[in-house]
Amino acid sequence: MPNYSWPPMSTRKAIGQRLSRHDGLEKSTGKAKYNSDLNKPGMLQSALLTSPYAHARVRSIDTSAAEKAPGVTAVRVIATPGTELQWQSQEIAIVAASTEQAARDAVRLIKVDYEVLPHVVKEEDISKVGNRAKPAGEQLTGDPDKAFKEADVVNEGHYGIPVLTHCCLEPHGQVVQWNGDQVNYWPSTQNVSGIGGDLAKNIELPATAIKVHQDHIGGGFGSKFGSDRWGVEGARLSKASGGRPVKTFLDRATELNIAGNRPSAYARIKMGAKKDGTIIAWESTSWATGGMGGGALPPIPYVITNIPNRRLNHSAVATNGGPLRAWRAPNHPQASFLTCAAVEDLAAKLGMDPIEVFVKNIEYAPEARRESYVHQFKKAAELAEWSKRWHRRGDSGSGPVKRGLGVGICSWGGAGHASTCNARINPDGSVDIELGSQDLGTGTRTIIAQVAAETLGLPVNAIKVKLGDNSLPPSNGSGGSTTVGGVSSSTRIATVNALDQLFEKVAASLSTTADKLEAVGGKIQVKGDPAKSLTWAAACRKLGTQSIAAQGQNNPRNPLGLNTQGVAGVQIADVSVDVETGVVKMNRMVAVQDCGLVVNPKLAEGQVTGACIMSICGALMEERVMDGQTGRVLNPDMEFYKLAGAADIGEIIVHMDIREELDKRGVIGLGEPPTVGGVAAIANAVANAIGVRVPIIPLTPDRVLRALEERRSA
Amino acid sequence: MSKHHDELDEKAPPKGGFSRRGFFRGVGVTSGALGSAILGEQEADAAQAAGAKIGPGAVPVSLNINGKVHNINVEPRVTLLDACRNHLDITGAKRVCDRGTCGACTMIANGKVIYSCTVLAVDAQGKQIQTIEGIAAAARPHPLSTAFVNNDGQQCGYCTPGFVMAAKGLLDKNPSPTYDQVKAGLGGNLCRCGTYVGVRKAVLEAAKAMKGAKNA
Ligand code: FES
Ligand code: FES
Repeated sequence: MPNYSWPPMSTRKAIGQRLSRHDGLEKSTGKAKYNSDLNKPGMLQSALLTSPYAHARVRSIDTSAAEKAPGVTAVRVIATPGTELQWQSQEIAIVAASTEQAARDAVRLIKVDYEVLPHVVKEEDISKVGNRAKPAGEQLTGDPDKAFKEADVVNEGHYGIPVLTHCCLEPHGQVVQWNGDQVNYWPSTQNVSGIGGDLAKNIELPATAIKVHQDHIGGGFGSKFGSDRWGVEGARLSKASGGRPVKTFLDRATELNIAGNRPSAYARIKMGAKKDGTIIAWESTSWATGGMGGGALPPIPYVITNIPNRRLNHSAVATNGGPLRAWRAPNHPQASFLTCAAVEDLAAKLGMDPIEVFVKNIEYAPEARRESYVHQFKKAAELAEWSKRWHRRGDSGSGPVKRGLGVGICSWGGAGHASTCNARINPDGSVDIELGSQDLGTGTRTIIAQVAAETLGLPVNAIKVKLGDNSLPPSNGSGGSTTVGGVSSSTRIATVNALDQLFEKVAASLSTTADKLEAVGGKIQVKGDPAKSLTWAAACRKLGTQSIAAQGQNNPRNPLGLNTQGVAGVQIADVSVDVETGVVKMNRMVAVQDCGLVVNPKLAEGQVTGACIMSICGALMEERVMDGQTGRVLNPDMEFYKLAGAADIGEIIVHMDIREELDKRGVIGLGEPPTVGGVAAIANAVANAIGVRVPIIPLTPDRVLRALEERRSA
Repeated sequence: MSKHHDELDEKAPPKGGFSRRGFFRGVGVTSGALGSAILGEQEADAAQAAGAKIGPGAVPVSLNINGKVHNINVEPRVTLLDACRNHLDITGAKRVCDRGTCGACTMIANGKVIYSCTVLAVDAQGKQIQTIEGIAAAARPHPLSTAFVNNDGQQCGYCTPGFVMAAKGLLDKNPSPTYDQVKAGLGGNLCRCGTYVGVRKAVLEAAKAMKGAKNA
C-alpha cells in the first residue's frame, strides 16, 4: 500500500499555510450564486400557509378560491382535515404562482377551520408543564448521599439556557424542477450528496432521478440536511405546474419558527467538594425542550464527567414549538454552561480560583485530553491576563462598572466522515479534484486544494476543486465537524494514488522506478538526486491524450491515521457589567483550541472567532421568546431575535493549539468545539464581576438587575 | 445616518428617554445604514400629495442601477430589493430579514446607504442606484472586496455583499475612519457566522488602500 501519511510538519509546503479562502472574491464581489439567488427560465414562486396556532386540529380546508386566483398554477394541501398541528407555523398548504405577490395573495384566500387545542410552550418553570415532562429515569453512580455528608463545602444552584434558533441568513428552501422522470434540485443544503436520496424517497422516485447542485450555502449550522416538507411539496408543485421550476425559500418568521432550533436546558445542580477543591459529589435535576420530542439530557457533568458519586435525573419536556435540529455541537454548549457555572459557583464558595478547581479535578476528564486541558488553561489564562485581572467573586471595586473574568471548556469528537474523492491529472498539467461535498464557509474548497497541492508538489492555485453536485463522488453531509477530516483524507489518498500512476508513466524516462520518485516544487524528481527531474508540465505531457484518474476514500472505520477524533478547548471571557443599567459589555474573548493537524490556520482561526461571536450572541442576546397565552413565538424576526453586531463583541483572541504531538494525531473537525465554552465563560465572567450568579441565559439587563436585586433583598 | 432621520429624532423627543435610535441600539444594532434606509420618504410624501395613484396591478418602473436603465413591470408593492433579485437577476444584495434590520440588502442610492428591502421599486425611480455588482472599476475588484478576502471577513458570505456596501457608504463619507467609527458604521449589518473581526480589519485596510490609490 502506498504511504498516505501526512508529511511531517517541518517539510510541509501547502498544508499549514495561512491562505485566503479560494471562493472569497466571488463572495465579496456579489458574484457568488446561492441557490436562493437563482432565476430559472419559467420559474414560479411559491408561498406557504402555516398554522397560526401552537396546537390545533384542521377541521376543514378550502382552497378553491386560491386555485382560481390570478397567476396561480398549483395549490397543495399539506395538512389535510383531521391533521393535528403541533406548533405555530406548521405547514398547512402551499401555492405556486407567477410571482411571490400572487402566491401570497392566493394563500390569503385559503380558508381553514381550526379546532384550537390546549398548548404548552414554556418550560422554564417545570412545575407548570403538567404531564408534558417525561422523566428519563435516574442515573446513579457511587453513593452521592454519603459523599455530600463527607463534603466540606456543598453548593446548590439553578441554571438555564433557552431555546435558540439557527437563524441562517440564507433561509431554508430550494428551487426544484420535476420534469418527466427527472428532478433538478437546487436546495440550500449541508448535504449535497445525500439530500437527493432524501427527496427521492419522499416523492417515490429512485435517488438517481434527482440531480442536486449547490455552489454556495448561506449558513446551515446543523439545520440543513433533509429535503424538508417544503422541498417535497416544491417538487410536487413543479410537477403539477407542467414541470416549471418552483422557488420556495422561507420568509424570516417561518424560518425562525420551524426551520430548526437548539433545545433548551435547565437544571438544579448540587455539588460537594473537599476544602482543597476536590469534587466528590454531583446531583442534578434537569429538563429540556426542543419541541414535541422534548430535549435530551446534555452530557453533564461536562468533561469532568467521572465525578465518583453522582445522581442525574432528567426530563424531556414536550412543548408546542417547532422541532429541534442539530445546532453546532448538539447539547454541548448547554452542558458546558451548566457544568462550568456550577463549578464556578462552587469555586467561589470554596474561595478558590475556578481554573484551579478544574485542574484539581482534571482526572475526572478523559485521560487522553487531560494534558491538553491543563496546557490550554495555562495558555488561555496567560492570554487573558488572568493572574492580573481575575479576582475573587464580586471583588471588583466600588464604581458602578464591574469587570470580571470567567472560564468555559469544550470537548468534541470530529472524526472524518465517509468521503470519496476523484483526482485527475491531465496531460496539460492541470489537476481536477472532485467531491460531492459542500463548503459551508468553513473553507472546505481551500483546504482540499491545499491537501492536493501538498501531495503533488504544486502551488495551491494549480488545483481545481469541484464540489457541490451529487453527480460527483459522494461525501457525507457536513455535520458534527466531520468534513475536514473526511475530505482531507479522501483527497490525500486520491492524490497519492494519482501521483503514483504518474510516477509509473515517467519513471522510465528518468531511468528509474516509480518508487524512487517524488513530487516537489513543481517537479517530479529522483529522491536524493534532484538533478534528475522533469517539470510537472513535462511529466504530464508524457500522458499523451489520456488523463490519470484515481480515487481515494476515507473509511471512518480505518482512517489510516489521517484523521481522528477528540479535541479540547478553553475559553476565557472578560466582561464589564454596569450594575446600574445591567448592561454587559464584552471586553475580550480568549479561545485556545486544539484540532489536531491544522490545514489552514487562517481559516481555522476564522472558525473559532466566529464561534466565539456566536457564543456572545447566545450568552447576551439570543432567546426564542414564547407567549404562554397564545402559544406563539414573540420574536420571529431579527429585531427582537437579537444577534450581536460589529460593535458588540469586544476583541477576540484566538490561539490554535498547534503542537507537534497534537499534529501527529491527524486532522480533526473544528466547526463545533469552539461554539461550546463561550456561553459558560461569559456567564461566569458576569458572576465574577458582579458577585452574584445570573442563573438564566441570555444575560440581558433585566436578568442582571434582577439577580442583583435578589441578592440585595436576601 | 440621513439628515431626514436626524430630524425625525429631534422632532420627536423620546418618551421616557426611549428614542427610536436608542431603541434600535437596545436591540443590538448600533447604527450604520439603519435609518438612512427610509429613502425618499419626503419624496414619496410629495408624490402622494400630488394625488398620483398607481397600481394595484403591475406598473412600468424604470430603475437606474449601476448606471444602466432597466425598464420592468412590477406591482407597486414590490421592493427595490425584490425588483433586483426577482426581475433583473441582480442578486448580490440578499433578502434576509426583509424589514430593515440586518443590512444584507444594502445598496447605495444617490450616495446614501439604504436598506433596499424597505424601499419600493416605484420610489427608487429617478435615483442613481448602486449595488455590489456596480462598485468595481473595470476588471479590477473594489479594494473593499479584496480586503474582505485578505482579512477573511466572510464565511458563508451571505451577509458579505451587504457589509461591503455599508462599508463603501461609510468610506465614501469618511475615507479615514477610526476603528471605533468602523465598528459603529457597520452597526446596521448582521452576520450569523461571526465574521466581524475580519470585516472590521478589512474596512480599515481598504480605507488605507483607497487613500493610497488616490494619492498616487
Ligand atoms: S433584508 Fe433588508 S435589512 Fe434585512
Ligand atoms: S458570513 Fe455567513 S452570515 Fe456573515
